[in-house]
Amino acid sequence: MHRIWWKILAAVLVIYTSIAGLLLEVPRLAILNETIRNLYFHVPMWFAMVVLFTISVWYSVRSLSTQSEADDIRAVESANAGIIFGILGIVTGAVWAKFTWGQFWSFDPKQNFAAISLLLYFAYFVLRNAIDEEQKRAKIAAIYNIFAFPMMVVLLFVLPRLQDSLHPGNGGNPGFNSYDLDSRMRMVFYPACLGWILVGYWVYTLRFRTKILENKQL
Amino acid sequence: MQLAQQVKHLIKKEIILEWRSKYALNGVLLYVVSTVFVCYMSFQIIDKLTWNALFWIIMLFASINAIAKSFLQESKGRQLYIYTLVSPAALIIAKTLYNSLLMIVLTVIALLFYSLVFDFPEGADILMYFIAAVLGSLSFSTIFTMVSAIASKTGNGGMLMAILSFPIIIPVLIVLIKFAKNAMDGLDRSVSLDEIGLLAVINVIVMTVALLLFPYLWRD
Repeated sequence: MHRIWWKILAAVLVIYTSIAGLLLEVPRLAILNETIRNLYFHVPMWFAMVVLFTISVWYSVRSLSTQSEADDIRAVESANAGIIFGILGIVTGAVWAKFTWGQFWSFDPKQNFAAISLLLYFAYFVLRNAIDEEQKRAKIAAIYNIFAFPMMVVLLFVLPRLQDSLHPGNGGNPGFNSYDLDSRMRMVFYPACLGWILVGYWVYTLRFRTKILENKQL
Repeated sequence: MQLAQQVKHLIKKEIILEWRSKYALNGVLLYVVSTVFVCYMSFQIIDKLTWNALFWIIMLFASINAIAKSFLQESKGRQLYIYTLVSPAALIIAKTLYNSLLMIVLTVIALLFYSLVFDFPEGADILMYFIAAVLGSLSFSTIFTMVSAIASKTGNGGMLMAILSFPIIIPVLIVLIKFAKNAMDGLDRSVSLDEIGLLAVINVIVMTVALLLFPYLWRD
């Protein structure tokens, strides 16, 4: 029990925020209307992705000094899980954009930069596949991962602020906290972030454990 | 200062090697000149936006071609020899400095030739555009040097060089194009301070990360 409490917590939080996010009252605003509920699903994806990529970089740094295979697998699998959340983030964002901006993909800076930061991690996987020798692969992929991480931070958190974007919270547009006057949305938003981050971590541990088992059978 | 000595000798070696064959310099110059020429034949007259974008696209591919060779073309034996003599920090600093030097020379020549064929648009702040070009060549060389070091460790470096470097260079390129466009529209110089700061920060981050990581990368 003491080891699975956080899994139960993750499941409870995600179920609660999915139901409450769709049913509870939200501020009524022009254009946004009910799509403001996307905040509970779209933003936590990015938080989960950033947390998973941070775990990935952490294990990449460790695998450079320890040279252990487990650290390398941890780095890859958390990047893999992070990519899943990144794609989900882009998809939920595109669906939201269809109903508020009128198009799934309008080449908004925020959308473009998110797509490029995913490209960074696809390049990481291509690099891994290009090297056959395992120890060399672990080392070089770790180096690229550490090299790419600051660039992802610049892409997602610095550049969109310098450009005109339609995205809430960028380019002079108000973020959600200015709509959420009575903190009603925070009651759902913060649990949603925590819940999805925990689910992401869970996905990563599962992937890691299956990979270890697969390697043992070889 | 042993490190400074080593860096100095390595840069000298690179320059002498380049001067003997003049391969990179002439090759890339020919590439730039012929691309500009082809563009001139097909565009004849271009507007401001295209002028700027075209220049940076030409510079992007020229710099990939020029810098990719810095690690990819070193033979295994010579690399081993260098590795026994100098520290990894000296090697990466020397390569980056030499590539920056090469890129600045290339960029200045390319910009001169480019503005000869396509006139500078009216009202452009030429000095500021020049600074943008120099900063751009610096950023290209710091990033591409490290990526070329990574790519050279894999079997098929040339292909990976493009895949690995494009996602990293795109944010830099976006900032550069914005900066260059400000200069081109002749906006007040204080408008571009943000971009200069961001480029400087990116360059510092890349250089630090490269310095920290290269010692792990160079040993096989």
